[in-house]
Amino acid sequence: MSDLTGAASQLSRRDGGGAAAPPPRERGGSRKPAASQVAAWAFLAPVTIYLLVFYAYPLYRSLDLSLRNYTVRSFVHGHAPFSGLKNYSIDLHDPTFTPALLHTLIFTFASIVFQFAIGLALAVFFVQHFKLSATLRALFLVPWLLPLIVSASTWSWMLNSDSGVVNSVLHHAGIASVNWLTAPKWALVSVIIANIWIGIPFNLVLMYSGLQAISPDIYEAAALDGANGWQRFWRVTFPLLRPVTAVTLLLGLVYTLKVFDIIWIMTRGGPAGASTTFATWSYQLSFGNLLPAFGPGAAAANMLIVMTLIFGFVYFRIQRKQRES
Amino acid sequence: MNLLSSCGASAGVKIKRTGYDTTALLSQTLLSAQQGNSPDVLIVDNPVVSTLADAGVLASNDQDNIDTSAVAPNLLAAGVLNGKTYGIPIGANTLALYYNKTILSAAGVDPSTIKSWADLTAALAKVKAAGKGGITLSAIGTEEGSFQFLPWFWGSGANLTKLDSTQGTAALQLWTTWFKDGYVPNAAIQDTQTTSWAEFATGKYAFAENGTWQLSNADKAGFPYGIIPIPSMAGGVAPAPTGGEFVTIPLQKDTSRYATTEKIVSCLTSSDNAFNTDTTLGYIGATAAIQAKQASNPELPVWITAVGAAKGRTSDNLGTNYPKISQQLWTAVQNALTGAKSASAAMSAAQAAAATATGGK
Repeated sequence: MSDLTGAASQLSRRDGGGAAAPPPRERGGSRKPAASQVAAWAFLAPVTIYLLVFYAYPLYRSLDLSLRNYTVRSFVHGHAPFSGLKNYSIDLHDPTFTPALLHTLIFTFASIVFQFAIGLALAVFFVQHFKLSATLRALFLVPWLLPLIVSASTWSWMLNSDSGVVNSVLHHAGIASVNWLTAPKWALVSVIIANIWIGIPFNLVLMYSGLQAISPDIYEAAALDGANGWQRFWRVTFPLLRPVTAVTLLLGLVYTLKVFDIIWIMTRGGPAGASTTFATWSYQLSFGNLLPAFGPGAAAANMLIVMTLIFGFVYFRIQRKQRES
Repeated sequence: MNLLSSCGASAGVKIKRTGYDTTALLSQTLLSAQQGNSPDVLIVDNPVVSTLADAGVLASNDQDNIDTSAVAPNLLAAGVLNGKTYGIPIGANTLALYYNKTILSAAGVDPSTIKSWADLTAALAKVKAAGKGGITLSAIGTEEGSFQFLPWFWGSGANLTKLDSTQGTAALQLWTTWFKDGYVPNAAIQDTQTTSWAEFATGKYAFAENGTWQLSNADKAGFPYGIIPIPSMAGGVAPAPTGGEFVTIPLQKDTSRYATTEKIVSCLTSSDNAFNTDTTLGYIGATAAIQAKQASNPELPVWITAVGAAKGRTSDNLGTNYPKISQQLWTAVQNALTGAKSASAAMSAAQAAAATATGGK
């Protein structure tokens, strides 16, 4: 996790962001006085302590929970026996594993693709600065500002099979009502739709600021060269937006892989596991039952962390290749 | 709240009350016990008492001189683990069928004739033909769903140790058929008992499977209502699960605190105080004495009978196996109602998973 935050701040620095760089460390035989070294470590100390306490220690505890065989008794009184990778094995052999993996991937990719596309489209739209554009843009931020429980409850209410607004509208349009939250094939779609709605403002804000950084002179030059609107977008705007796109997609990816509240409040990962992702599965194992299974729950959470790391690294690889080319 | 302060005052202490959502209470308790920070008195839902006892979080009644001899045995059973009793029930509630008198008389159904599943299904068909909704219930994928399904499961004669018996499957088939025929609202798959009550309170449904705690809401519903016990498959009253909390005493490092705690617990569960608590919460008393006092209230005799026939979910020596079985039970219900599996396939899968989880019991 700390690698990702370090890398993200590196990206923003390279793109003219604002994170302060830590003082450079001396290499080899240094003639620098010891006081300067001490000062350097003193600057690093608060951040290091923060990272250790809030990132390293919970990670360690999570790993520890997943490597031991915990019953409720040993959770309370300690002395849980070390059981190696047994909890991971339990998770891998659980019939929920493959569906959860599939749902996590579908949920993440569908959410990101649509959030990004719609956010970018809206940003391009707003760059035109028409009357009331500032107000409208502020209104578009509302999904992001609302507490997740309010959004999730409202979506649940709207998607209710018998008395929801959405089915009522469909009924008037002559379409049969859909069991959005209670039919296995629609449950995942419903939570994806809600998540897209919530994620659009974030993409809108970041892409809008990225678009503002592009100088209008470039567009003039492109227009003089005979580029039409569509070509201007694909050949001028989009490539120049690459750094902002990188940050937006990466942050979106990491966040969406972990989304829990929306799914839990709307469908609880159901019905019958139709919208279970790794995040909800981990919670269900640990806290969603009458009999908590902390070991397998922690194992599922750790697998999610590993997935996030893998995606992060794949992403950096692609980024580096693009920059070198 | 006032009861807590008065009991505290009589024991010479001030009581600080912290409330949690039922689903979060178990994990909170385990976490506080791990930190050595347990509360002095813990009021917790009965099916988790055996889990907490097994975790070594609670003090047994012999350690604490709590007298449970007056408590009805079927209600005390949830707090018994390996021959030792932990805590004392504060009252019990259970499930029955509320009905909307207006809808039933308009549809020509006489509720007193509903004694078996066949009678109930016929009544639901008549109500549906008259253009009204059938029955609201909760089939959500949590303990509440299992709680609501158990009267039907037990009413078929099935046992929790064998989910896929013919009787158990028949119970699930009953719900599945009702669902398919449109007697149950589709939202039941997600409804808690509170939301399913809200649907009944709109006045559009003939029956509601819900508990004693809705009595005060029923009075405010705005239509005349009645109550009948849940029928069993063959005829008669189905055993319903006991709800209701236990007052328990977590283990403390500082054993001198127990003396005060015992005074507070005896005060909370004394005959008069328990009667007041039960009346406020809409519970039935846990002892014969309190039940006798409650019998004078004309609304309660049906419930008192129901509670007498009720079973603890963790009794039959299920103890800590119950939560594992319950989880498979609500999963089977969800699978069958959503059409993901047939009733018999859902129950077989549930039994297989439950057997693995409980280690072959």
